[in-house]
Amino acid sequence: MHRYRFILTRPLQFLPVIFGVSIVTFVLVRLIPGDPARVLLGARATPTALANVRAQFGLDEPLWLQYLYFLRNLAHGEMGKSITYKIDVLPLILTRIEPTLALVASSVLLSVTIAVPLAALAARNNGGIVDHVIRTVTTFGIGFPQFWLSLMLILLLAVAIPLFPVSGYGGDIVDKLMHLALPSLTVALSLSTVLLRSLRSAMIDWLKSDVATAARARGMPESIVFWRHVLPNALAPTINLLAVNMGWLIGGTVVVESVFALPGLGQLLVRAIFSRDYMVIQGIAMAFACATVLINFLADIATVAADPRVRL
Amino acid sequence: MTTSSSARIGLRPLAPGLVILAAFLLVAILAPVIAPYDPVLQDPLARLQPPSLAHIFGTDNFGRDIFSRVLHACRVDLQMAIIGVVFPFLIGTVVGSLAGFFGGIIDLCVMRLIDIVLAFPFLVLMLSIIVILGQGLTSFYVAMALVGWVSYARLIRAQILVLKTTDYAMAATSLGFSKMRILFKHLLPNAVAGSLVFSMSDAVLVLLSGAAISYLGLGVQPPTAEWGVMVAEAQGFVTQAWWITLFPGLSIVLLAFGFSLLGDAMGEVMGVHE
Repeated sequence: MHRYRFILTRPLQFLPVIFGVSIVTFVLVRLIPGDPARVLLGARATPTALANVRAQFGLDEPLWLQYLYFLRNLAHGEMGKSITYKIDVLPLILTRIEPTLALVASSVLLSVTIAVPLAALAARNNGGIVDHVIRTVTTFGIGFPQFWLSLMLILLLAVAIPLFPVSGYGGDIVDKLMHLALPSLTVALSLSTVLLRSLRSAMIDWLKSDVATAARARGMPESIVFWRHVLPNALAPTINLLAVNMGWLIGGTVVVESVFALPGLGQLLVRAIFSRDYMVIQGIAMAFACATVLINFLADIATVAADPRVRL
Repeated sequence: MTTSSSARIGLRPLAPGLVILAAFLLVAILAPVIAPYDPVLQDPLARLQPPSLAHIFGTDNFGRDIFSRVLHACRVDLQMAIIGVVFPFLIGTVVGSLAGFFGGIIDLCVMRLIDIVLAFPFLVLMLSIIVILGQGLTSFYVAMALVGWVSYARLIRAQILVLKTTDYAMAATSLGFSKMRILFKHLLPNAVAGSLVFSMSDAVLVLLSGAAISYLGLGVQPPTAEWGVMVAEAQGFVTQAWWITLFPGLSIVLLAFGFSLLGDAMGEVMGVHE
């Protein structure tokens, strides 16, 4: 079990990062010009509300003490109140997690479903016409802006052929999945171009590897060589690639949720930016950063579990 | 990276990407000359016209000529992709080479800082910085410089770590050259190939982010023609007038394709693999 010892030690390495993240989010809001209490509460705040927030965040104290107040509040799960929604930031964030999580999960699943067969097709025809076409299409696909792709998919699959709803989020699970179809297709198409490139070259490497040659020498048919030896080995680094791209993926959900009016964290963030709801911006930035760190940690565990040779 | 391999392959793979980028550059320079209409001129009598001979890309809800707007937007978007890459490239190169060369406490601090920046989703950090600086293109460039340098710093640092143990680095040290001379004259020129190749895929990322931020309403402001802004403005009319959204989007895709093609070809020519 010593392979898994890093599960205990790795979180210690995350501490400085999380600490840094808290400083950055703290500083971001304090850098906004003007009286911080007014910044946090908006122009129409009552004097009592201003006094309350000054006391809670120690806004009359020196900056380093304010940071300690900030950390203390954070430890109690208090990230202030949203000006727009008049509720605490943490519960607000919690109610918006589900659509974002569902969007990320379905996009990842869908992109793997798209990328793996195409990468296999390209790798097995390495240098051929099929390979060439797939490579050109991926190079082209990398440049698709997600906000534009969303609209084109709406035009095609919601307006011209009314298969899916245009926007919003459903009530029951089937309705939700229908509403998630186009947003996740948008993100998945972008993500699969990234996956396809790396999967293709990994598959080509493994097709040439000693493992594959040995299998062929034992008389295994090419398809078995591919399914049993090439594919599992080539897929392993994909977990890591997904984790590395998680930040980018979350950025994508921000844009796509805004286009499709999906009530997730991304849409909440964009709305908070326009209503100058700084507590919410701070909370979401913090939540997203922690999620990215956590996902990278989980990806490390998955990598070790998937490949016995990996030591972290 | 060796001269023999680039001599063998030749510079021909660079051609398709260079042609596309040169075409966009030409359009950007000549936009006022070749655009048939003023990009912000409104014509109430020609609202939402489909593509025709008079307006080959059609007109938008204000009667503005889409073709002229797409051409003028090319200036903004190309500038965005270039400036958005140059500053992070320069900052990242300097920081990364200093960290890799001197190691120790500098390296430790730089690496921790990179970890912190990378912990934030790219677009979320960009948007948070733009909130403080206020919306607009200048804020976008500043935010890009503050966030984008980390990738270059990591690439250069890794290269310098390898290169500083090479024989020629030792030879330069034993000749008594100053540390700065060794770092910037001897090591850095050999370390930048990977960053140059990466800068092309970074240009795609910057272009897409700039357009997305403008689409969200925090970057380039209307009525200035910019491809992301154009898509945002046309969104309400997407079902009746597909042409307003189609052409700006295609322009982004094509410009990004040019950068990607050039990046792939540069990797091939220089023998660098991402």
